[in-house]
Amino acid sequence: MPLLEITDLHVAFPRGKKDEVEALRGVSLTLEKGERLGIVGESGAGKSMLAFAILNLIAEPGRVSNGSIRFDGQNLLEMSERDIRHIRGNRISMIFQDPMVTLNPVLSIGTQMIETLKAHRNISTRDARRLCIDKLKLVAIPSAESRLDAYPHELSGGLRQRVVIAIALLTDPEIIIADEPTTALDVTIQAEIMSLILQLCRDHDMGLILITHDLGVVAEVTQRLMIMYAGVCVETGPTQRLIDSPSHPYTSGLLKALPQNAERGQPLYQIPGSMPPITALPSGCAYHPRCEFATGRCQAEVPDLTDGIACFHPLKATAEAAS
Amino acid sequence: MTAPIVETRSLEMRFKLPTHFLNRHKPVLHALSGVDISITPGESFCVVGESGCGKTTLGRAIMGLLTPSAGEIYFRGTRIDQMDEPTRKPIRADMQMVFQNPYASLNPRRTVFDTLAEPIQHLMPEMSNAAVRTQVEDVLDATGCDQSWQRKLPHEFSGGQRQRIAIARALVTNPAFIVADEPISALDVSIQAQILNLLSDLQATRGLTYLFITHDLSVVKHFGTRVAVMYLGQVMELAQAEDIFARPKHPYTRLLLDAIPKLTGGSFDKPRQPGELPDPVNPPPGCPFAPRCSMVQDRCRAERPKLRPIAGSPTIAACHFAE
Repeated sequence: MPLLEITDLHVAFPRGKKDEVEALRGVSLTLEKGERLGIVGESGAGKSMLAFAILNLIAEPGRVSNGSIRFDGQNLLEMSERDIRHIRGNRISMIFQDPMVTLNPVLSIGTQMIETLKAHRNISTRDARRLCIDKLKLVAIPSAESRLDAYPHELSGGLRQRVVIAIALLTDPEIIIADEPTTALDVTIQAEIMSLILQLCRDHDMGLILITHDLGVVAEVTQRLMIMYAGVCVETGPTQRLIDSPSHPYTSGLLKALPQNAERGQPLYQIPGSMPPITALPSGCAYHPRCEFATGRCQAEVPDLTDGIACFHPLKATAEAAS
Repeated sequence: MTAPIVETRSLEMRFKLPTHFLNRHKPVLHALSGVDISITPGESFCVVGESGCGKTTLGRAIMGLLTPSAGEIYFRGTRIDQMDEPTRKPIRADMQMVFQNPYASLNPRRTVFDTLAEPIQHLMPEMSNAAVRTQVEDVLDATGCDQSWQRKLPHEFSGGQRQRIAIARALVTNPAFIVADEPISALDVSIQAQILNLLSDLQATRGLTYLFITHDLSVVKHFGTRVAVMYLGQVMELAQAEDIFARPKHPYTRLLLDAIPKLTGGSFDKPRQPGELPDPVNPPPGCPFAPRCSMVQDRCRAERPKLRPIAGSPTIAACHFAE
């Protein structure tokens, strides 16, 4: 049985008095113990919404309108707020995008770390302090003891994100959900932070859900990949296979649009248009207005996710038919 | 060799930091310490580096948005850094800028027409209203914007559309030179390709020269002709775009290249040590990169290397040991 299993998850927000719009329209995923999954999509695809839903953090007036989220055999959606606190921030931790927003600017690093520990464990301040220093050392923060008394503004962006990771690791979680953990950082710092996360996951057999828009980062870090578009998963499979031979036109378009894949002097491949807002989704496959292979069927019917792909005209089949 | 369109000579920029009035120590931040670049007409000159390296300050100084503390800036052979505003005004029409975040760079209360007409009305007051109107229509066509956008407000557009409008605003006075400061980093992957292609097309049709400021080396690979790699207010390496990828000379350039996530994966497997920019208020006496450099020697900590030609290549690099 997978450690985390999400089945047919729908998240809806009210529009007007009776109507609702869906930010997630039936997303399923599984995560085994120690597995690293990447979720890739453009802004508005619903990837952060998915992360929030896993931790039962969808803010009012939004709600999970259908589906189930099973973690270690329990359905998180049926749990009381009290019970879910034993899991959220404890067995499943989260790392957010901007460390300056995640950390409280008026509390020292140590206060924030000890507070987290005490919320989940019955532990003396002295032991908590020792554990915090251990975790700061684990994320390679130089002179960890003295950093405990530092305030977030005294640290650089890279060190701040290391502190956030140390806080996420305090309770030895089984899964870490990282939502764009390096988007606010420089490339060199991104490489440091992502290789640290990779190493920590490997050493501690920790599961990772990495949410990002950067295909290079998921290629480096994750084993399995899920591509989201307008609230649904359009393609999923082993990371390297998806990157080497994508089947969905959207996945293939994203890869072809990367400047590193392009020939110098030639125009880049571009996907026309932009992703529709969830309030104005087209009929059928949400990607069809931008898709070069779209047919009448794509306009009329919504393709189901079968064998890891939600498309009536997957690229491999098209290539085979042509040859 | 053709005369450069923009040239800087030993450009320096120092910012006095706020201090307590009782404190005798007056800290000074060195944002640029001696930058010499010369940009040839028709090229895409890229400036890369981490945040805090001075790349944006360089762009702003050239545009005249900041007054340099020392050094000279030339535009088509005329010195512009000490010009008074009336003399400079006609030159401003020839130099325009595109900013990073199209959500911040467009006035939310002005229609697209007002935004686009303002630079002409201000910089070319002799133009009639009818001529302004034609000019706006032309530039909307050239940037792939619809004429119906003229009466709309920025909030009605997506990020990619806003960036097109921002580019249209930069082009409306028919400039020869454009400073583009991270013009695609706030956009989604599929939109980035659209904007890069637009910038290339405009360069081909209008003979534009770009100063392209970016932190993303893969964009340079596709788009750039020459690259200046900056670190702590200095140019560390200046090379042809192809050479910087095939034959990087400076250890800092290699560090930057090494940090790019690869689609093939595997390069984040080794842990990386935390490294960051030294304090620009108290820069180290020798090479600013010495604290992070893998091939550092005693000489690097004592003596600041000057830009020098590297034997057997057109590259120049500021490193004692580059070859």
